[in-house]
Amino acid sequence: MKFIRGYPETMRKSIDNVNKTRSKRIDEVIADMTLEERDKVLKSFHPDYKKETKENIAWGSNKGDIVPIEVASILNAYPTVSPDTIDLSKVDYDVGVLIIGAGGAGTSAALWAKYSGVPENQILVVTKLRHGDCNTIMAQGGIQAADRSEDSPLIHYLDVMGGGHFTNEPELARALTEDAPAIIKWHKDIGTMYDLNEDGSFVENPGGGTSRNRMHATKDYTGMEIFRTLRDEFRDLSIPVLEFMPAIELLTDEKGKITGALLYHLETKQYFVVRAKITVLTTGGFGRLHVAGFPTTNHYGATMDGVLMAYRAGAQLKHLDSTQFHPTGAAFPEQIIGLLVTEKVRSLGGQVLGYDGEQLCYPLEPRDVEASALIRCCISTENYIETPSGMRGVWLDSPIIEEIKGKGTIQRDLSAMYRMFQRFDIDITEDPILVYPALHYQNGGVIHNKNCYTSLKGLLAAGEISGGVHGKNRLMGNSLLEINVFGRRAGITAAKEYKKQIAKGNLTLNHLKKTVTALDALNIKDKKYAPILLPEYREEAVQNRLIQLYEEIR
Amino acid sequence: MSKAKANSKPKDNVSPTVRIYIMGEAKDVPASLTIMKAIEYAGYKLTRGAGCRAGFCGACATIYRKEGDYRIYTALACQTMVEDGMYLTQLPFVPAEKVKYNIKDLSPSAETILRYYPEVARCLSCNACSKVCPQDLSVMDYVQYALQGQIEKATEASFDCVSCGLCAIRCPAEIPQYHVAELVRRLYGKYIQKYPETLDKRVKEIEDGVFEEGFKEFMSMSHDEIVEKYKARDFIDQKKK
Repeated sequence: MKFIRGYPETMRKSIDNVNKTRSKRIDEVIADMTLEERDKVLKSFHPDYKKETKENIAWGSNKGDIVPIEVASILNAYPTVSPDTIDLSKVDYDVGVLIIGAGGAGTSAALWAKYSGVPENQILVVTKLRHGDCNTIMAQGGIQAADRSEDSPLIHYLDVMGGGHFTNEPELARALTEDAPAIIKWHKDIGTMYDLNEDGSFVENPGGGTSRNRMHATKDYTGMEIFRTLRDEFRDLSIPVLEFMPAIELLTDEKGKITGALLYHLETKQYFVVRAKITVLTTGGFGRLHVAGFPTTNHYGATMDGVLMAYRAGAQLKHLDSTQFHPTGAAFPEQIIGLLVTEKVRSLGGQVLGYDGEQLCYPLEPRDVEASALIRCCISTENYIETPSGMRGVWLDSPIIEEIKGKGTIQRDLSAMYRMFQRFDIDITEDPILVYPALHYQNGGVIHNKNCYTSLKGLLAAGEISGGVHGKNRLMGNSLLEINVFGRRAGITAAKEYKKQIAKGNLTLNHLKKTVTALDALNIKDKKYAPILLPEYREEAVQNRLIQLYEEIR
Repeated sequence: MSKAKANSKPKDNVSPTVRIYIMGEAKDVPASLTIMKAIEYAGYKLTRGAGCRAGFCGACATIYRKEGDYRIYTALACQTMVEDGMYLTQLPFVPAEKVKYNIKDLSPSAETILRYYPEVARCLSCNACSKVCPQDLSVMDYVQYALQGQIEKATEASFDCVSCGLCAIRCPAEIPQYHVAELVRRLYGKYIQKYPETLDKRVKEIEDGVFEEGFKEFMSMSHDEIVEKYKARDFIDQKKK
């Protein structure tokens, strides 16, 4: 196969179309969709609306809810530990505040618990991989905050509600938008950088579904800059963190209150018992379940453990039928299929094009609408581009950014994207990027209120694990915001609970026994076990040869 | 990862293979894979050595040599293709101390850098750090800028660092460059970068309850009323048809 500047010769013909139409397209504005048109494209093409990829939750407080098969198979799975074999009488860690998950939400929850008066040795953060192997660090495009005088938290609120098709929990959407400026202020106070104009004002760009430019960013490494600053601050405050020690079940007292968690050391394979006055779940989402068979932009550990643990303990869930597919996952080259191509490419003027080099739709529709429009092009028209391996995609015209914003914009503002494609000999200042939607975000999850209380005593939740903040569709720049807003609120609430004069509860796995009883009643033929902790990417040939030695038999 | 590709129609392309050595063990793997996927293809389920899988978290720092070549190479396993004859190993952990400080008590100067990371002064200018950086940063340059108190320049030069720690592993002067870079950037973000004035004004407005009435009104609206409000939004910043 002959390659020309990173692309196979066969794809070059369509790239020529893109180059030819570019000058004409610079001032071309495609109309955005009406609410009715949005509804139509969603129902016809969005994977959420495909009944054949759905299944019921078979037991528990959300029994009967229809969710993706991959999600149902986790929620309907048996526990990986047998409640009778675990000795809970020896407490390994006895703390005030236990935070499960060390991504953006967990890290900011820990910081705000400490700021709010919990001594660091009364806080314990546990995480599956390293502190920072999370979705926050790979978020690129930006964080929304309505700080300009032309903007307001009220306008931000309307954008959030409309983006979520008005299914959001209003008090959560209000907290999200009303706290946003204070979050950016906090970030500045601890030394986070944001892109500024010459006059010292923030660079603020649009995002899909925003009616004002309010996307704050640091190049296309926004999540990395926010996270590494939070983590450095966290380390300065000496808050303890246990890495490679995920929680695999919550612990409850006789009345069902959450009293701690059971940890599993991924390397030594030991379990550890944590007792806590208050537990915060910040475990993120389900990208690595590959809902509807899609590749994902998510980090390696995104396997929905937290939602499952909470559900077994009796927590209420919502909106888990709703999955966010990011419109622009990479579709070429093969090695990086599904990796995120940040929405910032479209924020800066990038357009979405078919084989003929013409615009397919307004480039900044809310994410689910944009993704559906791209899927429509690839499965119900002939106007898609096909790669040598048979992957279909559409063009994201990046070179037009330099025509609009000036030479050098891409290397300055999209340096991560520039580097990622450069590694595969593609120069995105010269050639467009082939994209197709990729699984990006868990829209639904555990129900909590504005102060992060869940339906279970002793349990708080914040971040992607949450259900209700974004309704059934999240807008760009509201997840980096969410993990900070609700991470902070969870930390403050945890401190409040910590200071209450109440005794810690007993530790039991009674809820797991109930889980097993409920599952047994279903007579499931093909029993599955969860949490899975990490996805399986070994080849079938390898998997067929796996054996379990006696010490690994559960 | 074939199951994760719903949109792909398999074709009869027989992928050529390359021989790699994973911690010494020879394996023939498809030439089209990244190092990370090749390790998984060969049968390993990663625990360490994989994080974001997209080039941002620094978990998959990898060291390799090639047959007939004396050099030591480095890479992020998730962002680098396998090549024939690679001898690979991954760094499970980088031992390097992050010094603690209170960012609110510092000044953006060479003295601050040297107080917390005095080893920066030991830099030999050998450039080994820059040579191993998988992000192709001029690590030595930012260390030198930091030493000279040129915080803004050090920030720019170190910005794209993913904290993989390969530089610290190779440094004969035993400098933890990526931790120094973090201090440098926080000094820049807090003390040198301008502070947009819109921020405090808006935060105060929110604290003073300026939007209270508006939120109360929105939250008391029926579904249809809030939909109408949404439709009536104006777009003063963007070109719309």
